[in-house]
Amino acid sequence: MATATATGPTTATAPAPGARPRRALSGTPGRWLVWGVVAFFFVNLAGVILSVVVSSVSTTWFDSWFPDGFTSHWYGDAWSDFSLGHVLLVTAEVAAFVVVVSLLIGVPASYVLARRDFPGKKIVMLLFLLPVLIPPITYGIPLATVLYKLHLAGTLTGVLLINLVPAVPFVVLTVTPFIEQIDPRLEAAARMCGAPTRKVFSRVLAPLLVPGILAAAVLILVRTVGMFELTFLAAGPGSDTLVVALYNSVFAAGIRAQQSVDAMAVIYTGFMVVLLVIGLRFVNPSQLVTRVKEEATK
Amino acid sequence: MTATVTAPTGASPARRDHQRPALRHRLAERGIDRTLVLLVPGVLFIVLLFVYPFLYGLQLSFQPQSGGGFLANYKAFFADPYQRNTIWLTLRLGLPAAVLNVVVSVPIAYAMRGAFRGKRTLTTLLVLPITLGTVLTADGLLNYLGPNGWFNRVLTGLHIVDQPVTLIHNYTGVFLSLIITGFPFAFLLTSSYLSGIDPSLDRAAATLGAPALQRFSKITLPLLMPGLAVTFCLSFVLAFSVFPSAQLVGNPSGSTHVISIAAYHAAFDQFDYSMGSAVAMIMAVVMLVIIGLVLAGRSRLYVGSTSGGKG
Repeated sequence: MATATATGPTTATAPAPGARPRRALSGTPGRWLVWGVVAFFFVNLAGVILSVVVSSVSTTWFDSWFPDGFTSHWYGDAWSDFSLGHVLLVTAEVAAFVVVVSLLIGVPASYVLARRDFPGKKIVMLLFLLPVLIPPITYGIPLATVLYKLHLAGTLTGVLLINLVPAVPFVVLTVTPFIEQIDPRLEAAARMCGAPTRKVFSRVLAPLLVPGILAAAVLILVRTVGMFELTFLAAGPGSDTLVVALYNSVFAAGIRAQQSVDAMAVIYTGFMVVLLVIGLRFVNPSQLVTRVKEEATK
Repeated sequence: MTATVTAPTGASPARRDHQRPALRHRLAERGIDRTLVLLVPGVLFIVLLFVYPFLYGLQLSFQPQSGGGFLANYKAFFADPYQRNTIWLTLRLGLPAAVLNVVVSVPIAYAMRGAFRGKRTLTTLLVLPITLGTVLTADGLLNYLGPNGWFNRVLTGLHIVDQPVTLIHNYTGVFLSLIITGFPFAFLLTSSYLSGIDPSLDRAAATLGAPALQRFSKITLPLLMPGLAVTFCLSFVLAFSVFPSAQLVGNPSGSTHVISIAAYHAAFDQFDYSMGSAVAMIMAVVMLVIIGLVLAGRSRLYVGSTSGGKG
């Protein structure tokens, strides 16, 4: 907050009030205050992330602004200490499986929800909405209990199943508006020309739906890799994903060197940033939290 | 569910019976035909992996492992002050965090309406904390806010404080972590709601001589309120289920012993699945009550077109 209030008064006098009166009235001080708050937020966010990065390459770092020396051997340590090769493999397997299966289940369902009006549609919609609205840890505990009863908890199968639960509704919610935008007359035309249902899907709908499917796939990928709570509840030794391994090592702080833990955190960050950069080529960022209205209004 | 069960039977008898107007047609008129089969995997999946476990947990919570009547778990929870307080501790963290996130994001989103250079970069940067998630944020906060971290160094260096402030392993640490992950989320939602409000309404008021503050309070804010209610609900749900940060940057057995930790502890440390389910159900109920109140308040607000009269 310190920076925010400090920049306010100094800059408020800078712009000429006569040049664009409406603009100046609408809050030059306010605007600078806003930018100050945003800048303060980003400075701290950068501090949070950079402190992890710096720590991961430092020899020792206790009571100083910067570490005493730099080294890269913590990455090697982290790789072997936490068997990151295996963890990354599990993470990739879980992510790939969840993306493919949730698309296979979700896309046909969203087609029906976008095109048909049938009795009980509201209930079905509610069913798909609930897992997105209820926080994972609330339904995760009973679900993990069921998995324990079936002896699936702690196995890769359990992790795969529990991660599918929020993914499938998410695919449905993301893809449905994309299907609604495709003109139904295209399908009707294809059918009139004698295309069977299978071909209507593969030749007409699928190509038009590629942006929607890509968006859903990227979002699911990012969410699954970052999904902590559910994976944590279902994972056991050998079926940890990266984020759960990171949690475990932070939680057991003191057993390993802090730098080693931070090295793993940097690997995780790198993983996520790469996914994010790939993802942002296909998706508008605000879609990560909500489905965009801009798409519909364009 | 009824729809999916009847769909296959509706498909076959049509050929056999020509006298009756085919059942298939009558069903199709009500929207039931073979396409509904596509819905079956999805619905089946949700029922098996979401509805069934939830109901299973519900009935399990009424079958206490230690006996003592079917409400014993709930009685035990509310009789023990340490357990009962988890609700209060969670609300004390979640409500202020959600309110602050929404309240701060409104002026910022308002100031950043419209297109400007670097908007996409800014949004991308804001998405970063959401993607990185609570675990990494917690690890970073431990470094950054710790007694020897950069934040305390700046504070002592500027002589704002003499001693390093304790910001981690307490309430503050968890609160800050909720802000870091929650604020970008609230901001993105708010600005997407704000972009749905037609700017010409604001301009119309301006031509009639309304000052900026009045335009905001009389036009934009009322139109934004329903969206803000939803934003608040989603932010609250995020903050309410706080688990990793409460464990890592908080004081999990003291001031941040939140309800999700209590539920996890009962189910997977004490292996009392019945009690764990009961706490999870209490968590769901508390959350639904708050959301219900907010949405009930929302329904009293203006809900309707946010675009101008002419397109």
